Amino acid sequence: MSEFDQSKIRNFCIVAHIDHGKSTLADRMIETTGVLTSREMQNQVLDNMEIERERGITIKSQAVRMVYKAKDGEEYVFNMIDTPGHVDFGYEVSRSLAACDGAILVVDATQGVEAQTLANVYLALDHDLDVFPVINKIDLPSARPDEVKEEIEDVIGIEAHDAPLVSAKMGTGIEDVLESVVHKIPAPKGDPAAPLQALIFDSVYDSYRGVIVFVRVREGVLKKGMTAKCMASGASWEVVEVGYFGPGQFIPCDELSAGTVGYFTASIKNIQDARVGDTVTDAENPCAEALPGYKKVMPMVYCGLYPADTARYPELRDALEKLQLNDASLFYEPETSQALGFGFRAGFLGLLHLEVIQERLEREYNLDLVSTAPGVVYKVHKTDGTVFDLTNPSNLPDPSEIEYMEEPIVNGEIMVTTDYVGSIMQLCQERRGRYISTEYIEATRAVLKYELPLNEIIYDFFDALKSRSRGYASFDYEIKGYEQSELVKLDILINREQVDALSFIVHKDGAYERGRKMCEKLKGEIPRHLFEIPIQAAVGGKIIARETVKAMRKDVLAKCYGGDISRKRKLLEKQKEGKKKMRQIGSVEIPQQAFLSVLKLDEGN
Amino acid sequence: MKSLGIYIHIPFCKQKCLYCDFLSFPEGREQQALYFDALKKEIELSAGECKDYEVTSVFIGGGTPTYPEPAYIADIMEIVKRDYNLSKDAEITIECNPGTADYKALRLYRDAGINRISIGLQSARNEELMALGRIHNRKQFEECYADARQAGFDNINVDLMSALPGQTLRDWENNLEYVCGLEPEPEHISAYSLIIEEETPFYEMYGQNSSAVQGASEKNNGKRYLPLPDEDTEREMYHRTKEILEKYGYSRYEISNYAKDGYECRHNVRYWDCGDYIGFGLGAASLMKGVRYRNTPELPHYIEAYDAARTEVQELTKEEQMEEFMFLGLRMVRGVSGDEFKKRFSCEMADMFGDVIAELRGEELLEVTEEGIHLTDYGMDLSNYCMAKFLL
Repeated sequence: MSEFDQSKIRNFCIVAHIDHGKSTLADRMIETTGVLTSREMQNQVLDNMEIERERGITIKSQAVRMVYKAKDGEEYVFNMIDTPGHVDFGYEVSRSLAACDGAILVVDATQGVEAQTLANVYLALDHDLDVFPVINKIDLPSARPDEVKEEIEDVIGIEAHDAPLVSAKMGTGIEDVLESVVHKIPAPKGDPAAPLQALIFDSVYDSYRGVIVFVRVREGVLKKGMTAKCMASGASWEVVEVGYFGPGQFIPCDELSAGTVGYFTASIKNIQDARVGDTVTDAENPCAEALPGYKKVMPMVYCGLYPADTARYPELRDALEKLQLNDASLFYEPETSQALGFGFRAGFLGLLHLEVIQERLEREYNLDLVSTAPGVVYKVHKTDGTVFDLTNPSNLPDPSEIEYMEEPIVNGEIMVTTDYVGSIMQLCQERRGRYISTEYIEATRAVLKYELPLNEIIYDFFDALKSRSRGYASFDYEIKGYEQSELVKLDILINREQVDALSFIVHKDGAYERGRKMCEKLKGEIPRHLFEIPIQAAVGGKIIARETVKAMRKDVLAKCYGGDISRKRKLLEKQKEGKKKMRQIGSVEIPQQAFLSVLKLDEGN
Repeated sequence: MKSLGIYIHIPFCKQKCLYCDFLSFPEGREQQALYFDALKKEIELSAGECKDYEVTSVFIGGGTPTYPEPAYIADIMEIVKRDYNLSKDAEITIECNPGTADYKALRLYRDAGINRISIGLQSARNEELMALGRIHNRKQFEECYADARQAGFDNINVDLMSALPGQTLRDWENNLEYVCGLEPEPEHISAYSLIIEEETPFYEMYGQNSSAVQGASEKNNGKRYLPLPDEDTEREMYHRTKEILEKYGYSRYEISNYAKDGYECRHNVRYWDCGDYIGFGLGAASLMKGVRYRNTPELPHYIEAYDAARTEVQELTKEEQMEEFMFLGLRMVRGVSGDEFKKRFSCEMADMFGDVIAELRGEELLEVTEEGIHLTDYGMDLSNYCMAKFLL
């Protein structure tokens, strides 16, 4: 294809609250620009991972190039960069935004401005992007576009009176959006003659070509055959291929010059060498300085992952290795549990990231997993003056060696209709939240600001929030930092043996309640044995709760169904099969379900 | 000549009991006529493959075999006597529910050669009978029992069911005493405990929501629940059953079965001994020469294709036969014989099951004698736990 001059390029992204229709709008734009025929369109072209499509969220950012013939008769190249829609991937969002010059803000005509809308818009403005709003879902009977426009102007403070009115679902108003991109989003700047300076905003691993690095070229030209160097990692390679993004495919070209968005491959084996946020330059003619904003993202949430069938440990290792090729933020290291055998301690950006990885392991690699309760990273200050990051509760030193501990705190913003302010405040209180402020953005809606310990929101905070607000509350948070806290390790003893996989760190005030619930839940999960089994919760060797699984007195099928023996056999086989799936702790057999169910303590309580 | 048992299934009832998951329906006369036509033909057609067998027991079960016209049963007995090598002292049982058979009918069964009757009493308390959805009361049972004796039945079983909703230990003891006090007392007593099976009206009504299932907790989430006795009471009932019945001269010979000397049900013992049997009628199961099969459970299908009714044909492997020999044999108080095992499978029981036997013996669930092995009383309580271990 012919080269375009910079003034005909538009690099932009779409930001929205979850479910406001970002992906559908992107699909329609791709369809309308005619790059794809309708038949080729699978719904939501951009979300190309199976789980993403099912959950309707975008996990990894993606990009696509479109050619649009505008009403002024000129052809424009649009590079649309899709950003992940979840707070877990905040850093990836920020790098995607850094690759753009403008942003389309999609707001649902029925829902109006939501917590993530605000957070995403502010993030876009922070990156100096020009933002214009689009009102989506105007086909719905409850749409109130005029009110929503007003809300955007009042709450966010950006011009909205001429915002395109769109129904991405029905395909109406798409032309308006495309025209607005031409007129409202600035063309990129940058000198093609300057030394190469390109921002990595994403990367994927391909088993034939190695890592495919997604870049926005700021200055200079990236071309085949040159030696590219990553400034933060220091790694360099000879560029094998450069190209741009067709919908769902890579289209090679000769070079990418300043202002464009595209990809390159260079037989890069390790995704860690070309991390998101790093700056790519010409090894022989490097630019003066790296682009700002690079940081290595650290996992925030950890859990133990074990194969349900201990013999499948090597398969789990291989699967994690493969997933890591594509996901530089996934961390794992081998660990051993007395209860669960050989497995891994894995670190994730957040709970969604954790769930996505678990699902991919189970679905794409067909592994049955037992995972331990997710925990955050605690800082343990020891009496000898050293500090270390605690990711596995089992590694907590003896209390006498601990000076104090710190836990991560987040700044949380909850947007909620005024009816539910009371119940949401109560929830935050229960979760050890520290109240900061309430801001009314209109008569019926408020933004509650709280500081919350991360370990209080990683379990089921979202669920609780939704259920206590009948689905009306939206939530967003960012990590604030670490604070000293009175934390203890809660241990579970089954038949007087401590089960390492069930230990976790909890605030001292919540220990009793949590321990009691754990024991209650485990009592229901552990089948009766020939002997009585005490289940105890302990903090620092002191028992704080106890339940007992009574000895089995009866396990008999009184009637034997005449000659229908196969039925009896099935029953016995089921019983035997059940036993196979148990984990042996001392003389007690514990079903795997027990390890999973204690993760969901608060549901239904 | 090898011996054979015949099971004949009559899938009709006046009304379905709330706990029942057996194959039966309250069908009208027309369907019954069609069914018995098909059943007779199936029995006739199968005579050939049974010609090398001596039939030592026949069991007519249901449903309620005494619910349809007695003439149907008489016809069937004629065919069995005509086409099969029925031994002179064969045990021939019919199941009967009080309120469905008068003296005349019982006399007809007796004259047709049936010599044992199994009466479903379940409880001697009318309120318990109502709670189970039974169609009869205690008085009707008494009439039925007297009529059966009068008609010449000298081998009678009475079914009782324990652990009923709201039942106390005392209630259960009274039921046992009542049956043992009948004049003359029955030769055989089956004492089962109620189990809420899936696909029964009870299950539909209460699901898992019965107090016993919930470990006798008072919680019922606001739903209806069946006030079943808790597990401890239920076990107490089981233990008292043995004590009381022994006092009256009955011996327990199987988990739920008690008999006066010499009156053990030969047909059922055949099942537990893994002997050959052939089943006729809807959903009936057969085991012959190591092959198990079951007739279709679909009534229209059976009526149409009685000659091709066998489904789920399964040839048992040697291992499966061993497993079944063990877990069925262990239902009986006498247990399984080492010699018999060796005779059937040409290997020692200890070679196949030595570890399991040692383990269960260590837990005092099982005893080893010179003849073989059998479960202890404690092992009987936990028989499923024990038997599951004999699956290879």
